[in-house]
Amino acid sequence: MIINHPLLGPRDSAEFTYLGDASLLNRPDPDTATPKDWHDYAYLRDNPAGLHRELWFHEGGDRSWLVVTRNTVTHEITKVELARDVARGLASDVAGMGTKRSGG
Amino acid sequence: MHDLTPITAFGLAEPTVFVTQSCQLAERPRIALASVAARLGVDEACRAVITDLLRADAPDPAAWLASDIYSAFWMGPDQWMFSADFPDVEDIVARLKTSFGETASITEQTDGWVSFDLTGEVEAVLELVCSVDMRTRSAGYASRVSIHHTGCFLLIEASDRVRVYAPRASAGSVFHGISQAMTSAAAR
Repeated sequence: MIINHPLLGPRDSAEFTYLGDASLLNRPDPDTATPKDWHDYAYLRDNPAGLHRELWFHEGGDRSWLVVTRNTVTHEITKVELARDVARGLASDVAGMGTKRSGG
Repeated sequence: MHDLTPITAFGLAEPTVFVTQSCQLAERPRIALASVAARLGVDEACRAVITDLLRADAPDPAAWLASDIYSAFWMGPDQWMFSADFPDVEDIVARLKTSFGETASITEQTDGWVSFDLTGEVEAVLELVCSVDMRTRSAGYASRVSIHHTGCFLLIEASDRVRVYAPRASAGSVFHGISQAMTSAAAR
């Protein structure tokens, strides 16, 4: 499986380690989150047969976190973004100051 | 007054060298290293300092470049590794902190890494030990690679010359891995 790194180009998936669902980026606000929010964040995941956004770490490369959109049925990868860009997009959405990035 | 004798990554007084008919692998001590990570929101100011120091734009992803005093390679988004030779820039962190001020976080990396220069017919060796294809890369390329199951940095200086930075604590393992590949390549 080849992951098309946004900065480094196509790289073998063996260079990466897998963390899981990219919804981990949406951490609840510690000031306002309820125990249920934390429970849902920590334990509940969707398990789609199809497109799935997930976090991969480029351990054997530049050590950046990526958000990879992968089809769990075919393993086709349709989109790869730097997780920090996605996270910054989310942050600016929350602040109402930025436009939502595609896929973010 | 202390009377200390510097030792190499192998605990010896002299650098370790391994030679085959087609290649030479030589430990290269006395290199100062420091990582530079741009701080959030001031990455443009950080890049301006890098441009001052290198007299060129900050290295792009998967690239390195050298100026008269410093060399630098890209390690990750907004992160670079700077190197310079002893004894002139042995205090690399103090110097870089003065240059970068609050625009970057500087971390001493000297002696965290061991440096090897691989020269000669390097293509045949590298294809045995890592994923970098020398036939599709040229001088100026820099990448983190896995050599002998160890995360290293590989810098291409010329078609017959590469620099490897390996974790100093794994110097023996990486040296063993590369020297074995050299032996195999020379026997072909």
